[in-house]
Amino acid sequence: MSVGNNIVPSKGAISIRNVTKVYDPGGADVMAVDDCSLEIAAGEVCMIVGPSGCGKTTLLNAIAGFHSITEGQIDLDGEMLCGPGKQLATQGADRVVVFQNGALFPWKTLADNVAYGPVVQGLMSKADAREKAMTMLSEAGLDGVADKFPGEVSSGMARRAEIVRALINDPKVLLLDEPYRAMDALTKSIMHESLLEVYDRTKVTIFFITHDLEEAIFLGDRVVVMTTRPAKTKKIVDVKINRPRDYRLLSSEEFRLLVQETKEAVHEEAVKAFEAGERELA
Amino acid sequence: MTQSSKKENGGILKRIFSDLTLRRGVASILIFLTLWEIGFRFHEWFGVMVPFVGKIDAPTLVVARWREVVLQPGYWESWYLSFGRVFFGFLVAQVIGIPFGLAMAVNKNFRGLFFPPFEILRPIPPLAWVPASIIFWPTTELSIMFVTFLGAFYTVVINVLGGARSIDIQYLRAAQSMGATRWDLFRKIILPGTMPSIFIGAAVGMGITWEVVLAAEMISGGGQQSGGGLGFFIWSSYMGGVMDQVIVGMISIGLAGYISSSLIRYLGHISMPWRRMF
Repeated sequence: MSVGNNIVPSKGAISIRNVTKVYDPGGADVMAVDDCSLEIAAGEVCMIVGPSGCGKTTLLNAIAGFHSITEGQIDLDGEMLCGPGKQLATQGADRVVVFQNGALFPWKTLADNVAYGPVVQGLMSKADAREKAMTMLSEAGLDGVADKFPGEVSSGMARRAEIVRALINDPKVLLLDEPYRAMDALTKSIMHESLLEVYDRTKVTIFFITHDLEEAIFLGDRVVVMTTRPAKTKKIVDVKINRPRDYRLLSSEEFRLLVQETKEAVHEEAVKAFEAGERELA
Repeated sequence: MTQSSKKENGGILKRIFSDLTLRRGVASILIFLTLWEIGFRFHEWFGVMVPFVGKIDAPTLVVARWREVVLQPGYWESWYLSFGRVFFGFLVAQVIGIPFGLAMAVNKNFRGLFFPPFEILRPIPPLAWVPASIIFWPTTELSIMFVTFLGAFYTVVINVLGGARSIDIQYLRAAQSMGATRWDLFRKIILPGTMPSIFIGAAVGMGITWEVVLAAEMISGGGQQSGGGLGFFIWSSYMGGVMDQVIVGMISIGLAGYISSSLIRYLGHISMPWRRMF
């Protein structure tokens, strides 16, 4: 199967230290993230799970540079992204985001979507970028639909193309915000295999938010369970299962025990979140 | 016509109307005309006057009148003049309205400054501007065009503003995370993202422009024989008591409007291949 297993990842280490995020300071003062610390190694697949609205996405937005942080510091490969004196990280193609609902530009073909990053950064001519896009799309098995618009292909194909669009920028980190949320189980499993194949090839650091615990264990090196709002790390589950992984893993005892362990931690927080919700209504 | 170009035309037409749609359309028009004809002839045949439709000249009479009218150059001049006014007002509305709407969408200060006066002016019906614009502008022609422009302008701006503001923020963020500058965002995301709204605004605006130009022509008038446009054609036919000619004018307007909006839909179709408007 994969040949590139020996790549030693050298980039993409994220260090999140004592990060706090308060929305609307002085007003409602909603604390989304509270003193959260997390070290993600270069080339790690780090899965983030936790109750809805707990602040997972806030963390991702802080890394991507969409939102500022209130306190703490986030580093990428030893360089500060955001921290004291610079609350908002500069956005950059070294940290590309793949969104929940998909964000391929509907007015560009898949090939032009993929070519977008290198062209807009002025790194490649349009023709060169397109050529590289075509190569990468065919590696992902998408050469047949490269000239179609996103509206003309299935959501699974679109999501795979979106990951190719991120990878063409050779990012240090791939930030995924529940990318497979609305998909049926079968499509999801194809997505997982294709993502793992990409990961085995590139060893890019992956920061992956999800609600699906089986997905988290199946893909991740570690699964970070967040507490209910304000978010901090509650428990970190190490997934010591060798790669490359395939679907036989899902029925193994080892896998089921890990899911169980994670489920208990998440359930506890979900109950707390639910009760907190009820208190707010009362 | 060569074989290949014939094929191409067939292809385009097929894309525009599927065969079934075309047949339905023709059938519905024929049924409508037949009922109208029967309604009018009812009095002649059975001595009973059908309310409303019985008083309107039948299609056969209208067609007969039309065959006379098409021979008069004045009729075609009316088409030409109305089209000219509509397209001029419409184009100016696009040229000013699209940048204005986009500027309001992307710049908070600009919006804060210009949106309130815009919203105060917007409810004023274009026709209410006729007296003022006759005073403003040196010629009747310009004042009619100005009123025409107003008809399309507000719709264009509102659609562009709404369209640009409702672009999914994820597109902007995705582009930013791939290294797009603010100018890239505007050119590569906001502009194509607003295109569908620009064409909706254009299609609606085109309709309003036709409504407005005809009313403006009726009010400000034209020469007795010619030079008045289709609106004045109807008005002078009514004044002369030629009812079938009034109907000729009305149907002419319907056709003119349909041709104009088809043109816009076609432009939308070719400039937004990722999207079908109809």
